Amino acid sequence: MNFGNIDLNTVWFVLVGALFTGYVILDGFDLGVGVLHLFVVRRDAERRVFINAIGPVWDGNEVWLVTGGGALFAAFPDVYATVFSGFYLAFMGLLCALIFRAVAIEFRSKHPSPRWRAFWDAGFALGSLGSALLIGVAMGNIAWGVPIDAHGEFAGSFPGLLHPYALLMGVTTVALFAMHGAIYLVLKTEGELQAHIRTWVNPLIITFILSYVILTLATLLYVPHVTEAFRREPWFFALVIPVVLAIANIPREVNRGKVFYAFLSSCAAMAGLMAIFGVGNYPYLVYSFPFPEHSLTAFNAASSPRTLGIMLTIALIGLPVVLAYTVSIYWIFRGKVKLDKMSY
Amino acid sequence: MSVEFLARLQFALTISFHYLFPPLSIGLGVLLVVIEGLWLKTRNPLYHQMARFWTRVFALTFAIGVATGIVMEFEFGTNWAAYSRYVGDVFGSALAAEGIFAFFLESGFLAVLLFGWDKVGPRMHFLATCMVALGAHFSAIWIVVANSWMQTPAGYHVVGTGLSARAEITDFWAMVFNPSSMQRLSHTLASAWQTGAWLMVSVGAWYLLRRRHRDFALASVKIGLAFACAAALFTLATGHASAGGVARHQPAKLAAFEGHWETGPQSPLYLFGWVDQETETTHGPSVPGLLSWLAYGDPASTVTGLNDIPRDERPPVNFTFQLFHLMVAVGFALIGLAAWAAWALWRGRLEGSRLLLWLLTFSVLGPQIATQAGWWAAEVGRQPWIVYQLLRTSQGLSAVVTANQIIASIVMFTAVYLLLFAVFVFLLNDKIQHGPDDADLQPTGKHALGFGGSS
Repeated sequence: MNFGNIDLNTVWFVLVGALFTGYVILDGFDLGVGVLHLFVVRRDAERRVFINAIGPVWDGNEVWLVTGGGALFAAFPDVYATVFSGFYLAFMGLLCALIFRAVAIEFRSKHPSPRWRAFWDAGFALGSLGSALLIGVAMGNIAWGVPIDAHGEFAGSFPGLLHPYALLMGVTTVALFAMHGAIYLVLKTEGELQAHIRTWVNPLIITFILSYVILTLATLLYVPHVTEAFRREPWFFALVIPVVLAIANIPREVNRGKVFYAFLSSCAAMAGLMAIFGVGNYPYLVYSFPFPEHSLTAFNAASSPRTLGIMLTIALIGLPVVLAYTVSIYWIFRGKVKLDKMSY
Repeated sequence: MSVEFLARLQFALTISFHYLFPPLSIGLGVLLVVIEGLWLKTRNPLYHQMARFWTRVFALTFAIGVATGIVMEFEFGTNWAAYSRYVGDVFGSALAAEGIFAFFLESGFLAVLLFGWDKVGPRMHFLATCMVALGAHFSAIWIVVANSWMQTPAGYHVVGTGLSARAEITDFWAMVFNPSSMQRLSHTLASAWQTGAWLMVSVGAWYLLRRRHRDFALASVKIGLAFACAAALFTLATGHASAGGVARHQPAKLAAFEGHWETGPQSPLYLFGWVDQETETTHGPSVPGLLSWLAYGDPASTVTGLNDIPRDERPPVNFTFQLFHLMVAVGFALIGLAAWAAWALWRGRLEGSRLLLWLLTFSVLGPQIATQAGWWAAEVGRQPWIVYQLLRTSQGLSAVVTANQIIASIVMFTAVYLLLFAVFVFLLNDKIQHGPDDADLQPTGKHALGFGGSS
């Protein structure tokens, strides 16, 4: 397909961002459920409800990460290579966490022994927590900037990735996912369990808002290239307003009993947060700090226009189909969780 | 130990472990379609019970396949950054297509396959089963295409020089249909079908040995064996075609497969043997002219030997030779076993032969050994290249990753995978010992008997 004069690099900057946004929104509630798993409920039946709330969908949700990673590899190979080799140990930890999260869901209820279940409960919860934290830390480093040398290679160290700003982004991500997961759980549960989870929603919203405010202050004070982007294009602030409104709408809808709208608000807020992250960093995919001239951008780190065009064709054919059956599958599994013999 | 060796070791470890599971998903996926189709057509509740049982086994293999598969996608970037920069323009599009066309399809419809029995109608459920099987095949297509491009690159040109050189795509379809991709894809799928089929035969044979679940066991053996026979012959045919392709496009690899040193007509084929790389000779019984005939259909045709390949472009010969011969030997053994079992079944002697039932019980290991050996032979035989005659493996490494980081990750993966493997074997054994669920002979929900057909 011929796309004429379209700026394919920017299109793919947006599309890779859209795939990761899809991942954050969808697997975000799976990971959030995992983060809450150990603290919020203790009885076996309740923990099974938690796992079965995400049982049919978590696997498809994780594919957004796999496809986002594949798209990054194809569209911006230099970014993929530099970030994945540079964040080596952090990503190995992320893989370990994702593996435990995944297999714990499958294994946990396959054996009745309490110790077996306690072990996989821990695997599920720590795997989810670790994944959420490391995803946040990685994003924090991308926003803050990482040292890149003249060959486009990462020039930092693993401990250097764990600076306060990145950790703050990690904590904020955990809080966001936990809030998102709690709302999802309210949607999927009923009766006493639902009432119990409901009491967790407001504290989690407040925790998230507090950490996000601190993160934003830190961004304004210490991350000049992001601030600069907003100064250059003041209309970016237009994105902030719907995000604030969406977050404010969550407790309102929960109190009105319109939990589905609360969940949609939470999804919208996450999409908005990712959009702010995207416009704040554009055109940088990896900002080089302290050598800004070595930064990897949507233009200097991209594949050839031909490949970007081929991939856009693939995406235009594939993504509408994916969205159509993803929505159908969520529709089939709508409603409250009922445990039966096929359940985890 | 060098970074290169460690990075290769880690990749070999993680891909080998991962590749225990996808062939099972692909093979069992087809069988689930067959069994559920039989259930819908005949309304015989035995097929419903079988579909339910094998779906549970499928779910277990699929979960570990997914969990270990994500590692592979990360590893290209973590361990092979220079390679990723070099091939991203070509290889990346196949990988992205795999995500969009295959992974979403299989994981999305897997939910309906596993949890939708009582939520959707029988036809919709059958559609989901078909889509999961199709998705599993699509995922094989794209990754084998990408790997085949590394064996026989096509549809690209190299841009830039030195460290900034990279392959860029010139013709997408020439990349997809590169000289080896269809031969290797058909061979890979055929062996995956065998992997699923022999698992089904193996479990059925075990129940027959233990005199449990006779109807279920016989039906599993029959369906599994029919599929195994067809797949085994197809594996042979595609393997032959694939080796012919290797002879034409990767002569060094073919010479290593066969321990073949002297270029010439009437090239011999070693049935088994030992390659001495020091003296550049191969010891073992051989059939004169057979290699020439197999490679080109004519004993007089010339097959390139290793002596005409520069030393620094030769793969490790004996290792590749042994892996290749192991694969071929197991492949022929499976054909023989399939023929024997089919004959015994036809004559009604299967249940009486404990030796045959024992062999069938262990047959599940055959395709696993052969696929592992075959992949190792294909990948080791491509060395020293990571992309054949374009990029050496030693040039593909991540510049910033140290030996200690890789050792740490190897230790982590070894520990995690040992645990996963132990749990997999434990749970699979648990499911097999528990056997098919008698309650599944009374289908529930929208599958309940009473609408049309017999009951």
